[in-house]
Amino acid sequence: MKAAVLVFPGINRERDMARTLKLVSGTAPTMVWHAEHDLPAGTDLVVVPGGFSYGDYLRCGAIAARSPIMDAVRAFAAKGGLVLGVCNGFQILCESGLLPGVLMRNENLRFICRDVYLKVERSDSPFTRGYNAGQVIRVPVAHGEGNYIADGETIARLEGEGRVMFRYSSPDGMIDPNWNHNGAINAIAGIVNDKGNVLGMMPHPENHVEAAIGRTDGRGLFAGLTEALEKVA
Amino acid sequence: MFPAPRSDSYGKPPIMKARVTVTLKTGILDPQGKAIEGALRSLGIAGVASVRQGKVFDIEIEGGDPKKAEALLKEAADKLLANKVIENYRVEVVG
Repeated sequence: MKAAVLVFPGINRERDMARTLKLVSGTAPTMVWHAEHDLPAGTDLVVVPGGFSYGDYLRCGAIAARSPIMDAVRAFAAKGGLVLGVCNGFQILCESGLLPGVLMRNENLRFICRDVYLKVERSDSPFTRGYNAGQVIRVPVAHGEGNYIADGETIARLEGEGRVMFRYSSPDGMIDPNWNHNGAINAIAGIVNDKGNVLGMMPHPENHVEAAIGRTDGRGLFAGLTEALEKVA
Repeated sequence: MFPAPRSDSYGKPPIMKARVTVTLKTGILDPQGKAIEGALRSLGIAGVASVRQGKVFDIEIEGGDPKKAEALLKEAADKLLANKVIENYRVEVVG
């Protein structure tokens, strides 16, 4: 794996992400500053980490989405390159047009920082091959704007094409408004683009990868990605 | 004798004032607007039927052509100021 982790002013989860990528794949990623125009040669995974790029000014992710490096990321994605966006990274991918929809203020207006349960909808994707379809994983969230919405037509297409990868669920995998903590439409926690090579998700799988921390549920995502990329290489 | 030109404006293009107003589309849930609505009620300000929160950008444009200014502001709104998935915008060149 030759991962590139993008760094924007105000991002604060890039080190967690880099640490996890090294721990699980064995190779440290390259950190790429937002003002760069090119990704490092041979990059096979771009990760847009979480945080508060540009202090969430204007709209979450809006300004980061217009930085020079994002043109390179768009070109990389157009060629089928794998892109993972977590939390603010998901917001940036939506704002940059790589993913449809938008992340609105949480329905209850609170910043939510706690573990949530996610139902993994499918396992036949490079991002979720480390899990079984229907499996429930527990990972943390930390966001004020995670309430996913899109117009009815977009939602119908996402659902029809099986592009919802993760949903907020109960510990036993029931989709229930009581467990949909931010009010996202259809309890959507993570989606992929039409080609399936760009994933955005609000929860932080990179924070649950070591037994010392308590849980390792997030490891499957990075282990799956590593496997997928090594198979190609 | 001619008076000396004012150094602060000499050679500079005129400035036009403009305003871009960004509002949420109808049907998009606005939790912040709802909270403000509730706060107005609890302040005893009667008669508020609903509140929707938006954004206002006051922008100064170089040049004196309002048509050009309007086109520039629309481009700015389309590319950055508004997210057209959830927001509408209105452009005014005040002059």
